[in-house]
Amino acid sequence: MATFRLEIATPERPILDEQVSDAQIPASNGYLGLLPQHAPLIADLSAGLLSYTTGGKSESLFITDGWVEVLNDRVRVLADAVENPTEIDVIRAQKALDRALERLRIDVSDIDKARAVKAQKRAEARLAAAKNRT
Amino acid sequence: MPSLIDIRRRIRSVKNTQQITKAMKMVAAAKLRRAQDRVINARPYSKMLFATLAEVVSAAKSHEEAAQNPLLEVREEKRIALIVLTSDRGLAGAFNSNVLKTAMQFMLDRPGCEFVIEAVGRKARDFFTRREMRLSGEHVGIIEKARYADAARIAAPIVERYAQGEVDAVYIIGNEFKSVISQKLTTVKLLPVQVPEEAETASFIFEQPLAELLAGLLPRYVGTILNQAMLESAASEHAARMTAMEAASTNALEVIEKLTLNMNRVRQASITREIIEVVSGAEAQ
Repeated sequence: MATFRLEIATPERPILDEQVSDAQIPASNGYLGLLPQHAPLIADLSAGLLSYTTGGKSESLFITDGWVEVLNDRVRVLADAVENPTEIDVIRAQKALDRALERLRIDVSDIDKARAVKAQKRAEARLAAAKNRT
Repeated sequence: MPSLIDIRRRIRSVKNTQQITKAMKMVAAAKLRRAQDRVINARPYSKMLFATLAEVVSAAKSHEEAAQNPLLEVREEKRIALIVLTSDRGLAGAFNSNVLKTAMQFMLDRPGCEFVIEAVGRKARDFFTRREMRLSGEHVGIIEKARYADAARIAAPIVERYAQGEVDAVYIIGNEFKSVISQKLTTVKLLPVQVPEEAETASFIFEQPLAELLAGLLPRYVGTILNQAMLESAASEHAARMTAMEAASTNALEVIEKLTLNMNRVRQASITREIIEVVSGAEAQ
């Protein structure tokens, strides 16, 4: 079966470097489904669940903002943070969500607003990922 | 000639010092190992980010509006921001003074320029405050456990000032970690962004407009370089301290040997004198 190389790294450490047969990546304007022989591509990531299949087994990781680059059957994912869905701290995510919503409610400057919206999205994605785990 | 008791006391004091330097060496070695791991673990991300950036920038060259990013704009260097990376603690040999000397030389080499200094580490802050230089920020107590978020927090206002045209260039002065015995002083130009050359060219599909991608990638690039520099500096610091403490322990051993020799000589002299006294006393009878 055809495979391609999936590399994931955060500023702290490399996370993954494996041959996978497919991957779904949360880009900022919707999920990207990647298969071998994909055309070269660069996209922004948003927070969400990244899943991939290796050796017939499906795995998933929660990632936050960053970039993805596809070139010559090699996919590089640069994320701010990567977590195993089972390790997500639901309470902390809920608190972050509340905080972000609170900040959005008391009208603030554009920069802070953009940051709060991002934080809100991150927290929501975390909670959704945590809910789906089995 | 010092008395036997005085010499004994000196030996004891030197031994105590040696114990401290030995302990410090061991602590530095342990910290070095951890710092080294962090440097190595951070490298893949930086490498991948630089490669991606190179590709985006080379694609952006053919797009007029995408190449308009303020962080790529090159201006004549009149006002320069210097990020100086030192440690928070001393006793690391010439580690800090070398960095500070390089920073001073850097400024002397550019007469007519204005400088603002961003001090990372207590030693840099104290040094530049004493000389009453302009500090735009000071960051004490973070280098030891520096994370990407710390680097991003330091970088953000600097990027902002560059984009606003308040400074024309930003440099980092710090140590690069080569190996345990060798650290290299480096001066890196942080802004304007130095575009990596060796880009693999391919006709990429860009999911977002190029300008938007660049606007996200460039500040990230700045933060990543600073993060890397901070990790390298931390590892170099521990390596430098280890070497310095090793040398201090060896010196202490030498001093102890010399003092012991001296002590034995003094003791022998007093024994000889006593024997002579006894003998001449017996002869006189």
